Amino acid sequence: MNEMEELHKAIDEITEIAKGFGLDFFPMRYEICPAHIIYQLGAYGMPTRYSHWSFGKQYYKMKLHYDLGLSQIYELVINSDPCYAFLLDTNTLTQNKLIVAHVLAHSDFFKNNYYFKKTRRDMVESMAASAERIAFYEREYGKEKVESFLDAVLSIQEHIDPYGIDSVTLDESTRPKMKTAYDDLFFDEADEEEKEASSKAKRFPRRPVKDLLLFIEKHSPVLEDWQCDILTTVREEMLYFWPQLETKIMNEGWATYWHQRIMRELDLGDDELIEYAKLNANVVQRSKTHINPYYLGLKLFEHIEYMYDNPTEEMKRQGVKENSGREKIFEVREIENDTSFLRNYLTEDFVKNEDMFIFENEGGLYRITDKQFESIRQELITSRTNGGFPYIVVQDANYVNNGELYLKHEYEGIELDLKHLENVLPNIYQLWGKTVHFETVVDEQKMLFSYNGIKQFQRKLHN
Amino acid sequence: MEHQFVVSKSDWSLHRKGHEDQQRHKEKIREAIRKNLPHIISEESIITSDGKHTVKIPIRSLNEYKIRYDDKKKKHVGTGDGDSQIGDVIAREPGYGSGQGAQGGERAGDQPGVDYYEVEVEISEIEKELFKELELPNVKEKETKEIETEDITFNDVRKQGLMGNIDKKRTLLNALKRNAKDGNPTITPILNDDLRFKTWNTIVKPESSAIVLAMMDTSGSMGKFEKMISRSFFYWMTRFLRSKYQHVEICFIAHHTEAKVVSEEEFFSKGESGGTICSSAYSKALELIETEYSPSKYNIYPFHFSDGDNLSTDNAECLRLVNEIMEVANIFGYGEVNAYQRYSTLMSAFRHIENEKFRHYILRDKKDIYHALKRFFKK
Repeated sequence: MNEMEELHKAIDEITEIAKGFGLDFFPMRYEICPAHIIYQLGAYGMPTRYSHWSFGKQYYKMKLHYDLGLSQIYELVINSDPCYAFLLDTNTLTQNKLIVAHVLAHSDFFKNNYYFKKTRRDMVESMAASAERIAFYEREYGKEKVESFLDAVLSIQEHIDPYGIDSVTLDESTRPKMKTAYDDLFFDEADEEEKEASSKAKRFPRRPVKDLLLFIEKHSPVLEDWQCDILTTVREEMLYFWPQLETKIMNEGWATYWHQRIMRELDLGDDELIEYAKLNANVVQRSKTHINPYYLGLKLFEHIEYMYDNPTEEMKRQGVKENSGREKIFEVREIENDTSFLRNYLTEDFVKNEDMFIFENEGGLYRITDKQFESIRQELITSRTNGGFPYIVVQDANYVNNGELYLKHEYEGIELDLKHLENVLPNIYQLWGKTVHFETVVDEQKMLFSYNGIKQFQRKLHN
Repeated sequence: MEHQFVVSKSDWSLHRKGHEDQQRHKEKIREAIRKNLPHIISEESIITSDGKHTVKIPIRSLNEYKIRYDDKKKKHVGTGDGDSQIGDVIAREPGYGSGQGAQGGERAGDQPGVDYYEVEVEISEIEKELFKELELPNVKEKETKEIETEDITFNDVRKQGLMGNIDKKRTLLNALKRNAKDGNPTITPILNDDLRFKTWNTIVKPESSAIVLAMMDTSGSMGKFEKMISRSFFYWMTRFLRSKYQHVEICFIAHHTEAKVVSEEEFFSKGESGGTICSSAYSKALELIETEYSPSKYNIYPFHFSDGDNLSTDNAECLRLVNEIMEVANIFGYGEVNAYQRYSTLMSAFRHIENEKFRHYILRDKKDIYHALKRFFKK
């Protein structure tokens, strides 16, 4: 039997086992490719995407790491229907078995997790088409111009509204009529603002808007059509990637949980077993300086399964049946994202068992500062909230009655990197065309950073 | 049973996007180098990088700026081995406590966020950008072209030649043009008359030599900073000359009240107390030109670095000797390292020299190494 036939046979077997466990995945397309394609995919996140030097930088980094043997990209899988998975052409059969088992669980997660429901499964084609349009703009308007525009857009690309809360605010005409008794809860604030608005000068936007990209695209006075198209493209692609940012721990945990279960079902020879054990140990390695999502996710799923297999009396009273662990984790993979996953299932026992702690930079040394369960859980949740990015809203797009843009950082205890901020403001200025203001908190003091196209200003605001 | 999956192996050889964007990234690095040359060439790590071909330099313009949290003010979560205690140190910032920076062994990936982007750059890349901006002044044809080197370049196109050297592009272009003239804009037929061949010419390059007479004041008043500046300057100058001449020698003359030829190491490390008589170095230079580095064979580049604190009675002698040197040298460079704008006795004398071979620059900080190079090496 040649290599290809062997691989086919292995995939066949693994697919059957995965189905037997109840995994429900998209039809799979496995593509075998050379290393440079693997790290190209790693850098771009997609087989075809528009050109930008930052991808080249990422590509080079991955290539370097790979060439130096520092990293081995184990798996690359695309959220699409059919689902594409990429295998390195130098992988051993054992490596491929692990990867196939792993990506089948990813595919199941993409297909069934609630947060992925709205992602476009035809994104591979869509991104290829966008890449062509942007290449056309490069020819039409010049590479430099397109590049500098992309530089600006990419620096704020995470500031979107992934679940469509803003659509109401942005498009007043399609605002839904109240239908249920609870609707007034949602629009209370708005009504008050409306009352205010009638007395004062009209405020725009009526309510703070989180989707900075969409807001700029709709309301910037300086953008040309092609620039709006690029904004739309970048935003669509971010919307597509966003659920992956918000389910990193769960998604990797789920895939790791299942590659372990599936590999146990396979009839591996001694050599294969040792090779697999080594690979798996690498994947789930713990670290003092960061949380390995593969490990944490795996352990949490196992923790949940155990709790529901052996429910306490209290849980039983609430209707949890014994040995319902497997059923429970399938439910969890469907309805949770990282923040709710952690909030609902990270227990005090778990944190103790895993010897988790909080550490902080104290004058160049990273020191353990806290071992309390509540604070560790809160810290983990905070770090996963909004995909790990600060929450920014458009507060006022007609600031000082002059069409200036006033953005506000919803400060929740973690300060911003000011050096980065000062470099991002000119980018937003480029997109908005008028002075940009940015409110945040520095050393517990409210501050306003502004950029008017020539100079940066900052001043204290009343707390 | 039908497969519910497909395994395929396509031809990926034409997928070069990553490579192309990497080229653009490299181009941006080159741009950044060009814009930051004054900073970059004053990096000591380059000069002390003996034998290594690359250096790491921070390039801030290639950061991908985002609205993001300050890593230093952020808390992080980790997992211990079961016995972690509050107060345990689990990592250090790169460079913490070691003074020198780099800590062997630890991989960058182990460190929580480092906020600037360091690029590994080939020293030759930096040279390329720097040397583009420099030119050799007053190059003289030396009488004795001791050795001539022969080289061939393909720089000509002819109608006749060897079939192996056919220039396909030009041939096709000619055929196309000629056919088009006849109202038939296609490549075929290709006639004998359309054929073009690449042809070579022999070029003869004179084997030229240059000697750098590096003179430096090593009296007590020249401190660490002054020496670092002159060392960097000599480093880049020698490299630049090597790119222009086949053969470049450098001779180090250290002086305080008297001058002597020393080794490179001594030159940059030695410090002596006492006064300064600069003419001692100039007469040493003249002596060397007479005995070893004949102007008929060598392009001569005497450069003197001092803090300008010369014995005032020596100034007239200095002027006389410098003029004498300029008769045989390509240029005479005087670099004064004077960070605090002190009054300089030597400069007050040199100010009156009117000879286009005399070039001077007063260096006030590290970045001036670049400006000095540009002043000295322009036509």
